[in-house]
Amino acid sequence: MLQAVFIVLSLVTLGSAAMVVTSRSLFRSALWLILAFFGIAGIFILLHAEFLAVVQVLIYIGAISTLIIFAIMLSRNAMDVKGQRFNEQWGVVAGFSILLFVILLALLTRVQWHVTAEPVPPDAIARLGGAFVGPYVVPFEVASVLLVVAMIGAIIIARERE
Amino acid sequence: MDYVRDFFTNLAHSWTIWLSTWLPPWATNLINYVIIGLVLVMMPVIATLTLTWMERKVVGRIQNRIGPNRVGPWGVFQALADAVKMLIKEDIIPSGADKPVFNLAPILIFFAAALLWAVIPFGPKQVAADLNVAVLYVIAVGSITTISVLMAGFSSDNKYALVGAFRSVAQLLSYEIPMVLSIAAVTLLVGSMRMGTIVEAQTIPFALVLPATFIVYMLSAIAETGRSPFDLLEAESEIVAGFFIEYSGLKFGWFYIAEYGNTLAIAAIAATLFLGGWRGPWVSEVPVLGPLYFALKTVAIVFVIMWIRGTWPRFRIDQMLGLAWKVLVPASLVNLLWLAVVLKLPVPMLLQWVLALGGNLAVLVGALTLLGRSAKRDSARQVLTVRSQPSESA
Repeated sequence: MLQAVFIVLSLVTLGSAAMVVTSRSLFRSALWLILAFFGIAGIFILLHAEFLAVVQVLIYIGAISTLIIFAIMLSRNAMDVKGQRFNEQWGVVAGFSILLFVILLALLTRVQWHVTAEPVPPDAIARLGGAFVGPYVVPFEVASVLLVVAMIGAIIIARERE
Repeated sequence: MDYVRDFFTNLAHSWTIWLSTWLPPWATNLINYVIIGLVLVMMPVIATLTLTWMERKVVGRIQNRIGPNRVGPWGVFQALADAVKMLIKEDIIPSGADKPVFNLAPILIFFAAALLWAVIPFGPKQVAADLNVAVLYVIAVGSITTISVLMAGFSSDNKYALVGAFRSVAQLLSYEIPMVLSIAAVTLLVGSMRMGTIVEAQTIPFALVLPATFIVYMLSAIAETGRSPFDLLEAESEIVAGFFIEYSGLKFGWFYIAEYGNTLAIAAIAATLFLGGWRGPWVSEVPVLGPLYFALKTVAIVFVIMWIRGTWPRFRIDQMLGLAWKVLVPASLVNLLWLAVVLKLPVPMLLQWVLALGGNLAVLVGALTLLGRSAKRDSARQVLTVRSQPSESA
């Protein structure tokens, strides 16, 4: 049963991810990307990680996809559905994509992942929060500083020149 | 008499026993889940049929009219008549529309309005899905609304719809932040994101402990549902309907249903988070009173929302975004910071709550003073420009 749900979710995620890169309309691509994010949220629920699933919907669908759609609508002729699928840089991009794929594959196969059959503890969210301000405080703070830098940069760009 | 005392639980219990006499357990469970799902999905429709009538009556009385009074006693069947009118209208799809996306948008927005009801506790232990991340779930579901607004605006192939969607999403995103911050304050105070735990923790309704947070939540919730005075996307008395301008018939109806479903849902969430949900006198002896209290509190909040609609003029877009970013976000950040400090103090809980109340009142007074000062400065500047204009032209 769980296996079947997992297969359906994976097919939805991978299928819509494929549609993201093959769709001719950028807006449609963004919508397919949202469906792929939903599929990943479903996989999180299957793994009993409800918190991560909800955060996935909140951040990736609510914030990032909305920003992507905004960028699409503002940066080009939004009503023009038919765009070019390839431009002259496709070879370089394909090379880097394959490189990234190989690196990720090497990571996935080489790293020893901590696997356990135990059920998820009920205080998982509290433990996650504790881990953020405990052992992983430095990466957490670095990420926050990065976001602040991005925000200050945006403010400086958007500020009217005196 | 004992049966009536906890009527809903007992009814569900005897229904399940009756089903399981002639069905296997899995079928009983399945049927029960389907019934719960159907009831929750129907909530936005029920909200539309009842709240449209209530809104017309309330706004009518505010404007010294009597409101609908022709269809049925006191006009209660007016909503049904409108529903029939909407059903028999022609379904028009613009020729340039992106058809699948155009058709999907109203379904998604209704879906988001219905999903909210899954985590709302109607009474003690009467909640469809007692998620331990319920309040976060409420905010996450709201982001589906944002996406469907963008889909509707983009796929209509209409410049007004696109501009309407832009403005709508700017509003939704801006007011999501004060809403999250106000809900975070409640979560911090309770130490849990589970709706049931939040209700049980409210020996005093949180509206009396965190009044500023309550006001911020209500303002941002009204803005999130796009109701007056934040309804400049729709502005039914002045401009066309914004992002759903191209929709007609039942597809327009879905947007309408989603709006009223969201209104009732945010009122129910406000009642749960700030007014103590199903808590009230004698609930522990007579649990059937729980859903009754919950319904009364929800309708009271809906009434206040309608009251605001009937008496407040509409904001301009710059005023509206300014209110979110310059007033509500800083005020709720200060509030949250104070609350985090207070909750770490080694004093009894009641004193913590009193300190939180003090901080809230200080934030409220500070925000109102600053707002009043800026309003005075603005009006002084306006007087100045009005005076200086004739001399320039002369």
